[in-house]
Amino acid sequence: MNVAVFTSLLFFTSVLAGLLGALTGLGGGVVIVPVLTLVFGVDIRFAMGASLVSVIATSSGAAVAYVREGLSNIRIGMFLEIATTVGAIFGAYLVARISTHWIAGIFGIVLLYSAFASLSKHKETPEQTPANPLATRLKLVGSYAGPEGETAYCAERVPLGFGLMFGAGTLSGLLGIGSGAVKVLAMDQAMKLPFKVSTTTSNFMIGVTAAASAGIYMARGYVDPGIAMPVMLGVLSGAMAGTHILVKARVSTLKILFALVIAMMGCEMIYNGIAGRI
Amino acid sequence: MRKPTDQEVDLTVAAMLRWGVTSAAVVVFVGGLLYLRHPWAGVPDYSHFHVENDSLRSIAGIFTGAVHFDPRNIIQAGLMVLIATPVARVVFCVVGFARQRDLLYVGVSIAVLLVLLYSLGSGAR
Repeated sequence: MNVAVFTSLLFFTSVLAGLLGALTGLGGGVVIVPVLTLVFGVDIRFAMGASLVSVIATSSGAAVAYVREGLSNIRIGMFLEIATTVGAIFGAYLVARISTHWIAGIFGIVLLYSAFASLSKHKETPEQTPANPLATRLKLVGSYAGPEGETAYCAERVPLGFGLMFGAGTLSGLLGIGSGAVKVLAMDQAMKLPFKVSTTTSNFMIGVTAAASAGIYMARGYVDPGIAMPVMLGVLSGAMAGTHILVKARVSTLKILFALVIAMMGCEMIYNGIAGRI
Repeated sequence: MRKPTDQEVDLTVAAMLRWGVTSAAVVVFVGGLLYLRHPWAGVPDYSHFHVENDSLRSIAGIFTGAVHFDPRNIIQAGLMVLIATPVARVVFCVVGFARQRDLLYVGVSIAVLLVLLYSLGSGAR
């Protein structure tokens, strides 16, 4: 195979990953790493480097659309970024300390969780609870246009959410992904924020979190231009196209299909990690 | 001077992010075209991780190479611009919160900025 064919294959695969990632809300990074390692036989560290820069591109590129919806909460995002960025540095530090078998195994578990989380039904939690004093002091409050008009919300269980965000940041730095699923878990489940606020604020935080480990990845040589170039351009174009055709179409079938593919790749990653092949 | 609303601050920041990503993508694309000027060359061995030559890993090396039109360094320079955009976003937030006189969040944003700069500083050496 020559460079032109290899680069084109990487590019078109990445377009598909970015497109499916945007349509299903799972993000492109979580698919691109297993595809690069399992299908293209690329070392997992090169795959993680290419994925991490793509994650920054899609997060920053989609920010305009999300901000216009007026759902993301800039204060909650910024506050929690203290935890995710410190976690990301810790995660990037761990990459050089643990074997790639472990990284592949942990990656597999995250894939399985992401597939599960994308399919599980989320219920909005409209029950009004008394305002949390810590959250009020930290201004972790807001309001959004819900189905019954302007709805106010206030974060709960702030320390738990903050702790989970440290974990999300660590996974991001350790695996080269945005770890949006874990960020949404921390805001939606732990801090009881409305689901839509959680998903849009999560997207907003992903770029900053990824930037915290990207410098370390680059200095260690995980970001190889020959791989990162087609992957970043591909995932970005795919994701941009995906947000444009996201017309609340019949994505449910696609979502189930994609979740199954991700779950299978998760098992494959775990198997390869245990077998010592990654 | 009127204090800007959260939404206004957010929109300015988001527009800046799009500029950052667009310019990064253009630089990476140009680097990519130059990189593919020998399309029949063999694919480097990516199956085993090996440390790349130093010029691709440090800020100084990348920019020296990019100035000399080395395709791989131009791609890396575009990626550096990309990594810089979220950092610039945090800087914009510091300014936005300062204009809103929200001292708590000026502090929070500065804390995030310091973590990012520490990481980039320790990474870049």
